[in-house]
Amino acid sequence: MSFIRSPKDVLAGLLFIALAGLFAWQANLLPMGSSVRMGPGYFPMILSGLMGVLGLIVLINGFRFSAEGATGIAWRGLILLTLAALFFGAFLRPLGFLPALAGTVFLSALGSQKFHIVTALAITGVMVVFSWAVFIWGLGLPIQLIGPWLGGY
Amino acid sequence: MELFDNLALGFSVAFSLQNLLYCFIGCLLGTLIGVLPGLGPVATIAMLLPITFGLPPVSALIMLAGIYYGAQYGGSTTAILINLPGESSSVVTALDGHQMAKQGRAGAALATAALGSFFAGTVATFLLALFAPPLADLALKFGPPEYFALMVLGLIASVTLASGSIVKALAMIVLGLLLGLSGQDIYTGTPRFTFDVQELTDGFDFVALAMGVFGIGEIIRNLEDEKQRSLVAAKVSSLMLTKDDFKQIIAPVLRGTILGSALGILPGGGAMLSSFASYSIEKKISKNPKSFGKGAIAGVAGPESANNAGAQTSFIPMLTLGIPSNPVMALMIGALIIQGITPGPNVVTEKPDLFWGIIASMWIGNLMLVLLNLPLIGMWVRLLTVPYHVLFPAIMAFCCIGVYSVNNNTFDVYTMALFGVVGYVLVKLDCEPAPLLLGFVIGPMLEEYLRRAMLISRGDPMVFVTRPISATLLAFAAIALIVVLLPSVSKTREEAFRE
Repeated sequence: MSFIRSPKDVLAGLLFIALAGLFAWQANLLPMGSSVRMGPGYFPMILSGLMGVLGLIVLINGFRFSAEGATGIAWRGLILLTLAALFFGAFLRPLGFLPALAGTVFLSALGSQKFHIVTALAITGVMVVFSWAVFIWGLGLPIQLIGPWLGGY
Repeated sequence: MELFDNLALGFSVAFSLQNLLYCFIGCLLGTLIGVLPGLGPVATIAMLLPITFGLPPVSALIMLAGIYYGAQYGGSTTAILINLPGESSSVVTALDGHQMAKQGRAGAALATAALGSFFAGTVATFLLALFAPPLADLALKFGPPEYFALMVLGLIASVTLASGSIVKALAMIVLGLLLGLSGQDIYTGTPRFTFDVQELTDGFDFVALAMGVFGIGEIIRNLEDEKQRSLVAAKVSSLMLTKDDFKQIIAPVLRGTILGSALGILPGGGAMLSSFASYSIEKKISKNPKSFGKGAIAGVAGPESANNAGAQTSFIPMLTLGIPSNPVMALMIGALIIQGITPGPNVVTEKPDLFWGIIASMWIGNLMLVLLNLPLIGMWVRLLTVPYHVLFPAIMAFCCIGVYSVNNNTFDVYTMALFGVVGYVLVKLDCEPAPLLLGFVIGPMLEEYLRRAMLISRGDPMVFVTRPISATLLAFAAIALIVVLLPSVSKTREEAFRE
């Protein structure tokens, strides 16, 4: 940490530069065209260059000005909420709306440090009924309630 | 007069039973999320975008607008009663409003906030009706270079007025622009940035991105620090203001309204900036600045008027130019696009019922908020007893169902999950995600106008400088950028935001 004065800035700068590189690489595969008739790759290339430069400035600032480091990361929330969303995407079709939603709500509830099994189950139950009433019964979303894996068709 | 004909048309649209109902729903929802900390208008509007599909465009926009300005009302209620600003724009209201509540004058503070907001909302609605059509006329004369310059100015201005590092915010805009360019190129149909993923042929989904960054990302951030909310709500005394109170609030309300209206039009402006600016001005010109922070009624009246005025006039650039000035307006543009309406100066002439209906509904909505909120305060406060760990799984459920139902596509749910992580990482690195959303919405338009401008000028970039309007706009952008990058200004700017 001796010469990295602001780890956040250094990381952000590196992130921007890496993303700029990624976009520039992708843009480079596209036809550039000329300035009169710009091809699909022209503007993205300019932007990638711009982002690279900005990223570099952020990076350099990270070595020049000190700032406080990142505070605690909410790993539990980060992982479980991401899982909850992925669960919904992955199991909505095979399991159906009700089980997928129940899983998502329960996984989300697990993300809190104040998780309590009784409250979590209660929220899950309430949300499943409520969402069914609003989205399926009320708004008529065309989603199967019980999917093929659980004996639906 | 034409203005009154137009307003009459607007009121006839807004007073239809259906639109009144959606206006009411919007205001109610807005107040609700305004009261609840940790759930802002951006996330809520993003969640509700899919539901607005089935509605007629006017009703959809009326409801979404109601959420935005309703949130300003709700946020101030909790700021005053329990020192918990529900919205970022009510942070300054808590300073003096809660002190007033502690002194047993909660009723007076709430009444001041409500009356100030209503007055400011009324004035801002008229300003919107007055200035939007001529601005749209002017915009119709704009060619591609002018549009390009205007968007650049908008993007730059949104950065300079925001808090935090400017360079990072600029980088976030560029990242947003790049993400916005994903999908098929409009001229050649070549897929761009799709990484050979078939679902990305149409680019990243706007709703998925907004919900990921502002919904899930925000929840994860709130989970970092789950404090128990203190629920010692102050007793609400009489809502009546004394004659002396009235004398004290008239001038701050007027100043706040003017300031908020002006700042709201600016790109990057809107409710939050207006309230901060108004508070510092009131404090500076006050005869006894020491009373501020100790329950000065002017410290409630000014910012509350300013944030409501700013919230409303920020609709002007969105409705007339199709350019969002803040993330909420970016979502409104998203809603228009979902409805098949191309945002821009043509909306005023081609969809007068939509345009004037929204404007009229804002005034009705403000009236509803005053009539509704003062009697319902007790109920709103009780809502705060719902702890966050019970609330957020429900928000997650709405996000998942909402994003899926846009295209009935599970890929969008994955996209949302991805951007939830991205949003959280960026926030952890002190990169505000708002500019990213603006860039994402503006990206495709910016490229289109750049390409058209270069076509007419035969590839000569000087076209942006030789055309007077575009040169002026770009000059403003450059000046804005230089000014904030000057060391002396950036210091005072930081101080201003710290206050």
